[in-house]
Amino acid sequence: MTAPTTLGARPRHLLDFADWTPERLTALLDNADTMNQVLDRPVRKVPALQGLTVCTAFFENSTRTRVSFELAARRMSADVVSFAAGASSLSKGESLRDTVEVLTAYKVDAYVVRHPASGAAHLVARYSGKPVINAGDGRRAHPTQALLDAYTIRQEFGSLEGLTVAIIGDIRHSRVARSNAELLPKLGARVRLCGPATLLPADLAALPGVTLTTDPREAVRGAHAVMALRLQQERMAGGYLASLQEYADHYQVSGALLREAEAGAIVLHPGPMNRDLELSSDVADGEQSRILRQVENGQAVRMSVLYHLLVGRE
Amino acid sequence: MTSLTITHIKRPGADRLESVTTENGVIKGWNLPPEGEVLDGRGGTVAPAFIEPHAHLREPGQTQKEDLASGLAAAAAGGYGTVVSMPNTSPVVDDPATVRALIEKAEGLGLARLRPAAALTRGQEGEHLAELASLKEAGAVMFTDDGRTNENARVLRLGLEYAHSLGRVVSVHAEDASLRADGVMNEGPVSEALGLPGNPAAAEAARVARDLEIVAQTGARLHIQHLSTARALELVRAAKARGLPVTCEVCPHHLLLTDEALRSFDALYKVAPPLRTQADADALLAGLLDGTVDCLATDHAPHTRAEKERDLLEAPFGIAYIELAFPLMWTHFGERLGLTRLLDLMTAAPARVLGWPVPTLEPGAPADLVVLDLEAEREVDPRTFLSKAKFSPWAGETLRGWPTLTVVGGRVAFRG
Repeated sequence: MTAPTTLGARPRHLLDFADWTPERLTALLDNADTMNQVLDRPVRKVPALQGLTVCTAFFENSTRTRVSFELAARRMSADVVSFAAGASSLSKGESLRDTVEVLTAYKVDAYVVRHPASGAAHLVARYSGKPVINAGDGRRAHPTQALLDAYTIRQEFGSLEGLTVAIIGDIRHSRVARSNAELLPKLGARVRLCGPATLLPADLAALPGVTLTTDPREAVRGAHAVMALRLQQERMAGGYLASLQEYADHYQVSGALLREAEAGAIVLHPGPMNRDLELSSDVADGEQSRILRQVENGQAVRMSVLYHLLVGRE
Repeated sequence: MTSLTITHIKRPGADRLESVTTENGVIKGWNLPPEGEVLDGRGGTVAPAFIEPHAHLREPGQTQKEDLASGLAAAAAGGYGTVVSMPNTSPVVDDPATVRALIEKAEGLGLARLRPAAALTRGQEGEHLAELASLKEAGAVMFTDDGRTNENARVLRLGLEYAHSLGRVVSVHAEDASLRADGVMNEGPVSEALGLPGNPAAAEAARVARDLEIVAQTGARLHIQHLSTARALELVRAAKARGLPVTCEVCPHHLLLTDEALRSFDALYKVAPPLRTQADADALLAGLLDGTVDCLATDHAPHTRAEKERDLLEAPFGIAYIELAFPLMWTHFGERLGLTRLLDLMTAAPARVLGWPVPTLEPGAPADLVVLDLEAEREVDPRTFLSKAKFSPWAGETLRGWPTLTVVGGRVAFRG
């Protein structure tokens, strides 16, 4: 199958968005609508990936993301195998390359990779020669999360063109923030990254369509979507934060903060939430929250990604 | 009586073909009737063999990465007659017996000469001085805790003073460990875009500034290894202007590669100190041209292929390319530096840093010679490396100016 030229060359992997044109990304989100319709049927299964084997290779724990990908693949009739290894077991002996070569020898057709090191998904692509979907590599990228965020925002507003999205939290260590900062401007939105100065690297201002601020009110003012990031509590040990209370007092996405946003603004969170730390419970459960919708959409978006990468290739 | 004659060679800058004869490890004279073994220099340019002030040969204890035989053979292939080996092996080279054993073993190999550096502190832990006087007697030519950073400034100060009294230079890997933290590449827009922990330029500059104050306080000689940032170089320039007894080295990889290379996520480019920005590389080259930088070093740091195929957090630091140093420099900077300056940076300059006699081509000088084919162009093929690390950032690149013959102590150590 040759892609229509307006979409640009079809990328072989989803490692980040570098090779993905806005047209291609829009087509992928459009296709997620179709997948959502499949998920609304009594029998939630299509034969698109029959005969293909998808391996979820998780070198870092993430039950939710793995389940979401595995369901997405199974609903498209793929066979799914799971490989899980702590990064520690790798450092004890077998190299990433050896692991990938062994899995590839089992005739895996595509990989879904989660790894604690930035760039590891790129290495799996290089070592396996198979299509790879990055399910989160270090601080680098989590592209399907950004796609499901974009999809959820688009569902609300029809398009991302001209919208403003505020992302608040530990930007420094967040692959979700980096992937959204890469994706959303490609789709026409502006991104404001916000967090305490210790967790907001100034060098990220070099990204196109992205501005930085340490003031959450400034970040949220006039925003159409407000995303709170999970605060990893081990950041305390790294000296980045004086206390969790200090963080919650100044950076929590609360009802008061949300009132600075556009009237119809929605609230997002990549999960799992630390309730009443980065996000107040009333906002998490409030009518502007789309957090559970994100989870639902994640499956449809991942089905669409699998379809784009695996269907119609010889 | 062992004699060797190399015919058809040119001295740097000369067009005339000459011959040199060596006898018992020293240069006997020029254009004498050939005696002993006769080798055709094929019109190449002859120079004193290079001196590598900074290489990791990994013996003892890490011989899966490199050993004396492979490392010194690789050095000879790169035109080096002498290698200063770093002591961060397993165990650390911090006792006289190990120094003696290394020298003795290397002498039997007939390759490049080994001149071990020994640890400045026991176990390179930076807390208690090693037995520097005994290490000197055993043959240690330099003291350094390279591989580690000297976090305890008082111990470094004491080590500088003690080593200075022994006529030995101390060299430092100048990075503030707390600022460097878990950085695996240069901190900047590239590291942030890639989501990799950054090592800020300030880590190097801050440590250089501290160490220069110790030099100013004590007057003891200090050599700063592998400078990588414009700012740290500026500090050294200012210190030299004040007359402080400080020298520094720069590595070709910091001149030729930048942090952009990490966009490949290939740990081949993971090195300490990290590849910096083009502005830093430009400043280092300017330092070579204006004399602020004293000498070149490769910081040859071999690892196994499996180690370097790990992800960027797990893979060890280091690039190994002692075989490519001259071709890389000649190809990329030959015109800017000129042959005379480039040869000086790889021969006389490291000798001055180490406090050794400056190598010459005069009768009576040690017969440590390299013959270079300055015109030869060849593609880098890591499979042909004599080092155990048979991979390279420059694989497939065509380089010009290759060593064709290396003679050490009047014996052939490499013939290309």
